Amino acid sequence: MKKILLGTLLALAPLGADTIVIQNATVMTEGPKGIFKGSVVVRDGKIADIGEKVMVPAGATIIEAGGQYLIPGIIDCHSHIAGSGSINEGSVSVSSMVNIKDIINPDDIAIYRALAGGVTTANILHGSANSIGGQTLPLKMRWGKSAQELIFAGATPGIKFALGENPKRSGNPQGGRGATGAIQLGRYPATRMGVEDVIREAFNDAKAYKADWDAYDAKVAKGEHPIPPRTDLKLQALREVLEGKRYVHVHCYRADEILMMIRAADDNGFKVRTFQHVLEGYKVAKEIAEHGAGASTFSDWWAYKIEAIDAIPFNAALMAKKGIVVSLNSDDAELMRHLNTEAGKAMKYGGMSETEALAMVTINPAKQLGIDKTVGSIEVGKDADLVLYDGFPLSDFAKVQKVWIDGTQYFDRDKEIAAQAAKDAEKQQLLDKEKSAQRSQAARRPNQ
Amino acid sequence: MKKLLLLSFLCCCAYALAEAPSTVAIHNAKIVTVSGPVIAKGTVILKNGLIEAVGENVAVPAGAWVVDGEGMTVYPGLIDGLSTVGMPGAAPAAAAGGGRGGRGATTAQTAAPAAAQAAPAERSWGPEDRPQTTSWLLAADELQASDRRVETVRGSGITTAVTFPTRGIFAGQGSIIDLVSDVKPAEMVLVPAAGQYISLGAGRGFGGGGGGGFPSSLMGIIAYIRQLYLDANHYKLVKDAYAKDPRGMQRPEYDRALEGLLASQRILLPANQLIEIDRMLRFGAELKTIAPVEQHMILYGARQAYRPEAVELLKKANVPVLLSLRWPTPPARTADADDSSETLRALIERDKAPSAPAVLQKAGVKFALYSDGTDAPRDFQRAVKKAIDEGLSRDEALRALTLSPAEIYGISDRVGSIEKGKIANLVVTKGEIFDNSTQVVMVFVDGKKYTPEAPAMGGRGGPATDDPGAGGNR
Repeated sequence: MKKILLGTLLALAPLGADTIVIQNATVMTEGPKGIFKGSVVVRDGKIADIGEKVMVPAGATIIEAGGQYLIPGIIDCHSHIAGSGSINEGSVSVSSMVNIKDIINPDDIAIYRALAGGVTTANILHGSANSIGGQTLPLKMRWGKSAQELIFAGATPGIKFALGENPKRSGNPQGGRGATGAIQLGRYPATRMGVEDVIREAFNDAKAYKADWDAYDAKVAKGEHPIPPRTDLKLQALREVLEGKRYVHVHCYRADEILMMIRAADDNGFKVRTFQHVLEGYKVAKEIAEHGAGASTFSDWWAYKIEAIDAIPFNAALMAKKGIVVSLNSDDAELMRHLNTEAGKAMKYGGMSETEALAMVTINPAKQLGIDKTVGSIEVGKDADLVLYDGFPLSDFAKVQKVWIDGTQYFDRDKEIAAQAAKDAEKQQLLDKEKSAQRSQAARRPNQ
Repeated sequence: MKKLLLLSFLCCCAYALAEAPSTVAIHNAKIVTVSGPVIAKGTVILKNGLIEAVGENVAVPAGAWVVDGEGMTVYPGLIDGLSTVGMPGAAPAAAAGGGRGGRGATTAQTAAPAAAQAAPAERSWGPEDRPQTTSWLLAADELQASDRRVETVRGSGITTAVTFPTRGIFAGQGSIIDLVSDVKPAEMVLVPAAGQYISLGAGRGFGGGGGGGFPSSLMGIIAYIRQLYLDANHYKLVKDAYAKDPRGMQRPEYDRALEGLLASQRILLPANQLIEIDRMLRFGAELKTIAPVEQHMILYGARQAYRPEAVELLKKANVPVLLSLRWPTPPARTADADDSSETLRALIERDKAPSAPAVLQKAGVKFALYSDGTDAPRDFQRAVKKAIDEGLSRDEALRALTLSPAEIYGISDRVGSIEKGKIANLVVTKGEIFDNSTQVVMVFVDGKKYTPEAPAMGGRGGPATDDPGAGGNR
């Protein structure tokens, strides 16, 4: 029994970061070096060297990857995994006081499954129930680590906005039954006009709040000791948006609401960092590009509601051609496991090259999240977030073999499969123990 | 209904009659003092509700009632560190349950705050509405001395309970009470304000389920708690400034939710899973930096405290733990039950949870056990025995229900051990406490003697109570 347990623990524990050389792989860097056949050297969690020929450091672990493909870790710009409880604080129209950071759940099995699908970083967003939703942040899929250890260090935090049917509660204008079956009372807004109003009013408040604090800071700087204004977590997050310290990720579908959001942002002096879903983005790609926002969309997922009707699979390619940084996201724990094939679809629809397509799940989302200095491509000095596939990675037939984050291996297909038997045995042993205890208990209490 | 209440009250009196002579001597008994060595054969003298003397060679004073302790063992009265006994309308479980894997909320309480029971709660539109907050409540002010659970749990040897209001996010402060019957509630109170009970179980879902508006999610609840602390900080700042010089200054608005928080010397935060223990230790440390008053943190629940990572965290944080005696149980199974939905995680948790006390003991983490609604003496005894079977020493099991909770709540100078001058709370048993065959012969609370109903042999045993599992929160 003890031995079985110990064995399982060892198999699950990620192997420590040390010097690794992955050799003879086809390396799709998504960086300046393009695609080449050769080696990648990993040291101290970073990519130390890449090339057709590299110096193999003494004592390095050699991974022979002949016939296999190495890509940068996949980055999902829109995910809702790894949270405890609901990812929507849907009771109010502005829920910017809540923070995904408070409810990170490192035990969520979806993390491991995403990892097994080649995802190494995910932008964990609040839901879309509110015009202005909660605070968000990117995580690395360091399975087995604690909540704090999943946080992508140094990344700019975000906030979720949402437009259209979800925040205006379509089909539910007077309240009704929520997900838990409990009656909800009506909540403003019920129209797209109202969504815009909520956003503009919130920023009016945020500007007044910022002015109060700026005045306070100025007095303190002069050596005075005034009573500080009340800290309001809701407005504090919006103040950070106004100060450019927090990225705005906007859930949207229709062209008109995208233009509305751009105007509201311009009027209030902040930038939209990414439009999410953005299924009609191809209609207003020029305006999105001018605003400087990124676009994170689905490859070919639409028509699940009225506002998601007028979509085309060429959306990603068309937006990219207008100069927008485009990524493909999952919004879903299952889809998250095969973002590589989502990228592959961009080759069919819109004629993207294989590197352009792969960029949409690696370096492009990294740019959108402002983390492209450290991840998103295989370049010397970047984090060693790497995925090894047994074949061309944009194909349905490609299987993830190994995944490293910061040079530490967190997934190994062979080891995972080999460990299954021990886990099954442990489960059976515990089940048998429980059942035998239940039987003897039943025997002791014949009346029950 | 009234008749029924009256009837049960009379029934209670029938066998709960307390006898209270001014001086009692328990003579020739084995005495487990907890704070000192075991006295193989000795005497305890109780006078005017206090322990007058204890030792091997203590003379029995003239006029004392003498209990022949031959073949009996005397223990300090047990202390239940988190209870709802005596609280009106409390479900038996001060639940820290609900832990199905990592996704479940920490606590399972979904009820509205006590104050909101009379009038339906207004829908809350944000932290400013102080949702699900009755932080100003004191359990002592709500006590129902006639609660028949007082007698039920006393049958387990529990003489002292830290009883809490448990409805809402900031439910109010618990009070430490002695479980005496037939007295005014005020006479039961040892300490009126023991700490603020915080729960995270309210509301969930996409649309703000629970019907009460904000907060409807775990992250909303956490944000609300943080905001209330920030507000308390600001409130005190403004209030102090106003007290110093009110002239020319608008008076701060009175806020009872903040007053209740500022009056709390301790906060109890719920955490069962490892990730919750990690989360709450961090959150508690953060709140400590915001709180404008000195406040101690206690973690309750702690089901996964058996995990090495959890022990490390608890040890490092140096935060005391109240560990629930409500061990997770497997689902009822038929012989041909389908096990495919069972997860290895849940199986491991059910297998390991009762070893948590032993693990904490070995690591030197300060902890106490609490009943968590395990009222019936037989169930309580079995729950403690389970921890002993999983490696908790008998001495530590006893300590975790006597001196340790007393220390956690800062009352070890008056209860928790058998020492001269302490309150005369004692349990007298035949056999080692927590054993299957052990019989609690008598219980002394404030020097008053109570004789519990003898558990029926063979059957379920213990006076019937509400089924803790049927508290409507699972």
